[in-house]
Amino acid sequence: MDLFEYQGKQYFARFGIPTSPGAVADSVEEAVAKAEELGYPVVVKAQVKVGGRGKAGGVKLAANAEEARQHAQAILGMDIKGHVVHRLWIERASDIAKEYYASFTLDRSAKLHLCMVSAKGGVDIEEVAATDPGAIARRHVDPVDGFPLEAAREVVAAAGLDEAAREPAAALLVQLWDCYDQGDCDLAEINPLILTTDGRVHALDAKVSLDDNAAFRHPEWAEFAGTETEDPREKLAKEKGLQYVGLDGEVGIIANGAGLAMSTCDVVEQVGGKPANFLDIGGGANAAQMANALEVINADPKVRAIFINIFGGITRGEEVANGIVEALGRVEIASPIVVRLDGTNAEEGRRILAQVPPDRLESRPTMIEAARRAAELARQRA
Amino acid sequence: MSIFVNAETTVVIQGISPTSQGLYHGLRNRAYGTKVVAGTNPKRGGETIEGIPVFASVAEAVKATGATASFISVPPPAAPAAILEAAEAGVPFIVCITEGIPAHDEARVYNRLRREFPGTRLLGPNCPGIISAGQCNIGITSGDIALPGGPVGLVSRSGTVFYQAMYELTQKGIGQTTGVGIGGDPVPGTSFIDVLQAFEADPETKAILMIGEIGGSAEEEAAAFIKEHVSKPVVAYIAGVTAPPGRKMGHAGAIVSGSKGTAKAKMEALAAAGVLVAQNPTEAGEKMAEVVRHLG
Repeated sequence: MDLFEYQGKQYFARFGIPTSPGAVADSVEEAVAKAEELGYPVVVKAQVKVGGRGKAGGVKLAANAEEARQHAQAILGMDIKGHVVHRLWIERASDIAKEYYASFTLDRSAKLHLCMVSAKGGVDIEEVAATDPGAIARRHVDPVDGFPLEAAREVVAAAGLDEAAREPAAALLVQLWDCYDQGDCDLAEINPLILTTDGRVHALDAKVSLDDNAAFRHPEWAEFAGTETEDPREKLAKEKGLQYVGLDGEVGIIANGAGLAMSTCDVVEQVGGKPANFLDIGGGANAAQMANALEVINADPKVRAIFINIFGGITRGEEVANGIVEALGRVEIASPIVVRLDGTNAEEGRRILAQVPPDRLESRPTMIEAARRAAELARQRA
Repeated sequence: MSIFVNAETTVVIQGISPTSQGLYHGLRNRAYGTKVVAGTNPKRGGETIEGIPVFASVAEAVKATGATASFISVPPPAAPAAILEAAEAGVPFIVCITEGIPAHDEARVYNRLRREFPGTRLLGPNCPGIISAGQCNIGITSGDIALPGGPVGLVSRSGTVFYQAMYELTQKGIGQTTGVGIGGDPVPGTSFIDVLQAFEADPETKAILMIGEIGGSAEEEAAAFIKEHVSKPVVAYIAGVTAPPGRKMGHAGAIVSGSKGTAKAKMEALAAAGVLVAQNPTEAGEKMAEVVRHLG
């Protein structure tokens, strides 16, 4: 789960990472009121989960109430790379002496965590990595050892941070590690990390991505969950515990396992169909989950045919079949269904499905044949 | 021959109870011919479930039965400790199918194993397991889709495409030495390269089918390894050819980031390493049939 900047800063605060004082605003009036409380100058910042806000005009400095009003008006409702701005973060402006970069993430190749620090912050760090890789100091972190202050001192020195910034930056880096490690982040990134003219180091931005798998030990994450703006189809699927990504086609897809679901999209596209979605009902899916999946697909008005592609391992064929039958009894499924069922208890599943009238459900023996039939039905019903 | 497991492998099921996933799949594995010799459950030591003797700990199970492999399907909060318990008990091969373990836990377990238990191999987590056709099946693969006798070694990051690919081979009458599902999580215990290396060294494996998926750079690293160290023909398929960039597609691992990680980048890297790249699992089976014909 990606956090908005303001949520990331709230999360940072739990670990003692210094940030600028600020407040959330959802309207122009609120933005002005918050700016008045904070004291000018303030920065009005669009809250969207996408990079490049500044270039798009989503970050503006305001010296007084009039400017705060103008900027809030302009930024609320702005579309930044397909993300509409519904919320602002109003923050006291900082006197910036220097801009740096700091992050922790997992290096999957090395199977270690990676700390990156650069004296070239405030700009697109991927650009820096491409054009001037030497400007980024990298240090692998073995989770068994952790990230002590000594390691932090070495990496800020290697990055060539200004002398005045080194000690406070090292201390902050240890806090950022704690946030990343104890806070179960996939990514904890600060760009820019600033040195102020009065010699303090703090986070001017926060890019935090949380590992959804760790939610079971973070009840405090519940406050972040409700604020995710999503495709309504994706929202419905999430409520039902399904992995769903909305696409633009007409063939609704249900498969078990992310790999097979992606592969099913591939095959549908290769036989001339267009997938309406990616939907993974997960390992060990049962009847109720299959019924939920069918309801989610059914709620998408663009869908003309449904392709259910199941290769049972932990998922059992008869459970899948029972789920399909149950869903057909529970809701009016608008589109014809093509099923391909193999693997664990597949024969039992096929026997159950044979009882469904053929105008509502057809079975095909292979993935390719089923994809062809589903694409054909979608075309006929377009 | 086979890699990692064979007819002599003896398995302990960690976290066994009459209603556990471990028992359900363990019994299926046993029905396939796998030597399931023990189960563990701290509350059920001394019991026997479905003819499987239960011990309070893995150490006790290993002491009594000499188990050479363990099977873990316990929920995510308990799985890391279960893996380390097996390693501490001296089990050389651990299969963990558990889905949803936090990435930080995986990284910690991986690095502890690497440093403290270099003789232990972990397969998974979040994987379908391993099947040496006709000899040993540990995990959740439906045994009837495997065909014994080789000559193909199969390795996959995705679980269900693993089954699909194996089935494509079996339907064409092409046998498998071993099928290894390494799992799609960010820090897998066993990587493509580990498996490719083992297949290269296995005299009965004559060709390799590799199933990747979008996200990460494991396939690119495998391509570099194949180019340098694999003499046997390799066929590959990458799931997610048509996936829109920048979207999460379920697996923590399947995140498209930058040019590395896309299906296109992976397919190009593999093709450049001399791998025959297929567009879907069926085509992968067809290409492998062609390869096997030429093996003579």
